[in-house]
Amino acid sequence: MPNPYIPNDTEDSEKRLLEALSIPDVEALFSDIPKEIRLKSSLKIPGPLPEADVKREVESILKKNRTVKDLRVFLGGEVWPHHVPAVVDEVSSRSEFLTSYTPYQPEVSQGILQALFEYQSMICELLEMDAANCSVYDWSSALGEAARMAARITKRYTFIVPHYISPERLTVLKTYAEPTGIRVLKVKQDVKNGEIDLKDLKEKVSRETAAVYVENPSYLGFIVEHVEAVAEIVHDCGGLFVVGVDPTSLGIFRPPGDYGADIVVGEGQPLGNYMNCGGPLLGIMACRGKLSFIRQMPGRMIGMTTTKDGSRRAYCMVLQTREQHIRRERATSNICTNEALCALRAAVYMALLGPEGFRELGENILYKTQYAVKRLSQIEGVRVPLFDAPHFKGFTVNLDGASKTISEVNERLLRRGIVGGKPLRSSFPELGETALYSVTELHKVEDIRALEEGLRKALEEG
Amino acid sequence: MNFGVDSGIYPLGSCTMKYNPKVNEALANLDEVRWVHPDQDESEIQGILEIMYKLASWLAEITGTHAVSLQPAAGAQGELTGVLIIRAYHKLNGELGRRDEIIVPDSAHGTNPASASMAGFKVVVIPSGEDGCVDVEALKEAVSERTAGLMLTNPNTLGIFEEDILEIADIVHEAGGLLYYDGANLNAILGKARPGDMGFDIVHVNLHKTFSTPHGGGGPGAGPVGVKEHLEGFLPVPVVSFDGERYYLNYDLPNSIGRVRSTLGNVGVLVRAFAYILSMGPQGLERAAEVAVLNSNYLARRLSEIRGFTLPYGEKPRKHEFVLSCSVLKSETGVTAKHVAKRLLDYGVHAPTIYFPPIVKEALMIEPTETEPVESLDRLVEAFRSVSEEAYSRPEKVLGSPYNTSVGLVDEVKASSPRTLCITWKMYKDRLRTSERGSR
Repeated sequence: MPNPYIPNDTEDSEKRLLEALSIPDVEALFSDIPKEIRLKSSLKIPGPLPEADVKREVESILKKNRTVKDLRVFLGGEVWPHHVPAVVDEVSSRSEFLTSYTPYQPEVSQGILQALFEYQSMICELLEMDAANCSVYDWSSALGEAARMAARITKRYTFIVPHYISPERLTVLKTYAEPTGIRVLKVKQDVKNGEIDLKDLKEKVSRETAAVYVENPSYLGFIVEHVEAVAEIVHDCGGLFVVGVDPTSLGIFRPPGDYGADIVVGEGQPLGNYMNCGGPLLGIMACRGKLSFIRQMPGRMIGMTTTKDGSRRAYCMVLQTREQHIRRERATSNICTNEALCALRAAVYMALLGPEGFRELGENILYKTQYAVKRLSQIEGVRVPLFDAPHFKGFTVNLDGASKTISEVNERLLRRGIVGGKPLRSSFPELGETALYSVTELHKVEDIRALEEGLRKALEEG
Repeated sequence: MNFGVDSGIYPLGSCTMKYNPKVNEALANLDEVRWVHPDQDESEIQGILEIMYKLASWLAEITGTHAVSLQPAAGAQGELTGVLIIRAYHKLNGELGRRDEIIVPDSAHGTNPASASMAGFKVVVIPSGEDGCVDVEALKEAVSERTAGLMLTNPNTLGIFEEDILEIADIVHEAGGLLYYDGANLNAILGKARPGDMGFDIVHVNLHKTFSTPHGGGGPGAGPVGVKEHLEGFLPVPVVSFDGERYYLNYDLPNSIGRVRSTLGNVGVLVRAFAYILSMGPQGLERAAEVAVLNSNYLARRLSEIRGFTLPYGEKPRKHEFVLSCSVLKSETGVTAKHVAKRLLDYGVHAPTIYFPPIVKEALMIEPTETEPVESLDRLVEAFRSVSEEAYSRPEKVLGSPYNTSVGLVDEVKASSPRTLCITWKMYKDRLRTSERGSR
């Protein structure tokens, strides 16, 4: 039987093509590959399987996973469980979007171009920034790119990050930054409330400082309030202020553009994208409107223009001379394939919610966070949160006063169908037996109650 | 309006725009993929880990490498990973300060020099020979004790197989460098030859090209990286391992370059590629390469017979793609590659990649893939023929195209000009306000 995905895999078609080429068989087209490197036997991989069997096989393997729907999961950090409106799936599964590529021919790609322009527009409204690209891979690569971008703009090579940064994101940042000579330094944070230690920051900034980076809300969930002071310190020394955000917080908190951010990065997964066990995700990247900044942005950007005859509004990719296919080794980045479909999903999501929807979403998450903090703090031996500051979505649970470790408790919670927070000991030993928990609008009051009960029981059990 | 593979032939060279099987979508959209958090206990994500472990081992077999990381989100991130491995390798040998050059041919994808430069290397470009392949003598001249590695795609961007690959590999290895394989063109040789057997030390593959996952208007993709045994310890952490009973995340790689992303990888894309390989099996993948190459040579033959178009760099068989030139058409009619591309859109086909590789003047880079039937290949030939006839009879028709698209020719110069640049709605409104003030 011919291969279902290879229409010319029939005798008739093959014969026609071979005759047109006056060759006896397809082997003639591979005769230039030296004999020594020709594969002598078939590849040792399974298949082929018919569609029904492929489905059965993959489904049976995937059944070994348990999902957020089977368990009460309180993990966050890099990705979070959020509601995905049905409209998002409907629009993004349109095969015109799904099966297209980078819109090199704008005349037949206005759909994806307009969607990505709207993504850039709405993300800038949300962040209160002027310009955005239409995605990089994830928050971590956005941060790496931001450090490189700041270094190009300032011609300085020190990038200062907060002490309480996601350890994974920090590793990626270093992977991206260090080969080009960018040094990553950490600034202290107040152990009481998580505020950036301004004294330490003042000592660390210098004429070498390309940028200072702050996350808001922080990786550990607390809000950093003195952001304007940080902005002032870095701007005074001639560096840039880079801010990392969770976009779901911006319906209720001030946007980074409002407190001096020059470059903003963040994770767009919560905007209509699934967790997908870690990807695809959506790296958000935005900057101020200065041309000198925009010219240093990595990745694709979509612009509004008109047709050549001026009769119609139209969209196309812009400033491609920044990019690898034109500028090659002098490009702002090597990125080519990005996360366009995730950006399109985010655009649909943002348009659905609107300003009111974002406010409601933010309030919902804020209430849930406060509720969880309040309930869990009532358990003896448990300190929630460690930092005396408002928290959003994420919060720390400390067990130094209890008789069990985080991993002992997590094991017991899992037996009750609850996935506890991520242990932080290896990254932040000074925080003791602490885990990072997270709640979103999807967590119900019953879930939080179940966590409270589970935690209590776990600590009581022998 | 948006043109996708499902709309018609999308012969964008180097992009492998093949059909995206629908069953793979259905599987990647299951709750067991979508609603799983990567930090869940390993015991709760055994399904995902099993898929990742098996996919990595299959990709190692397909590419002739020893171990594969599934972390990179796209081909370019795979390249960065690979070049960082080259860097870490020389660093471990105490040679990083000295070995600061990566060699790339002038026909390379733009991502190659860009990735090398991102990893802190100087880029040394070597000119292609008269046959369009690596000029072995030029390579010998270029290598030195400063050589960190060579980045190459084989078949190259002209669609020609680099026959001297074993000699090329020897030259680079003898100079102390490593060989990097850009997997963008892997579709041509599936089951026929493996980069690992050609002497490449590091290989990336594009799951969104060779392994049929949808391109999504520009992404997401996935760019797994395979390495030979001596480089396994340099891979990003974690990799998925198997202890005979359970799959687990292995962080025990002594010389790891670190991470290139904070999570496991583009898992949704990995699931699709896994299902694709299961559907195809060894015979199916080899057949994909055969028919991709057959379709490509058929088109190369028929299109180069059309007036105004030539196939530079000789009659050697092409692989999955080929590069036409319309220099003759341009000098005889004034119609350029861009005009041809725009007029082709009127015929309901997508245009090829144009003006790449840079070594061909008025280049049209065409990759039909194995998933187009002969009827659609013929439709493309007829479209080219009509454009040629028009170019010679009434060139203004071609010069003014496209006519049959949702919008006419888009003003890309205006779009990028600093005075009219507008990349958000906010910038648009600001501009309107400024011009209103100006006209008052």
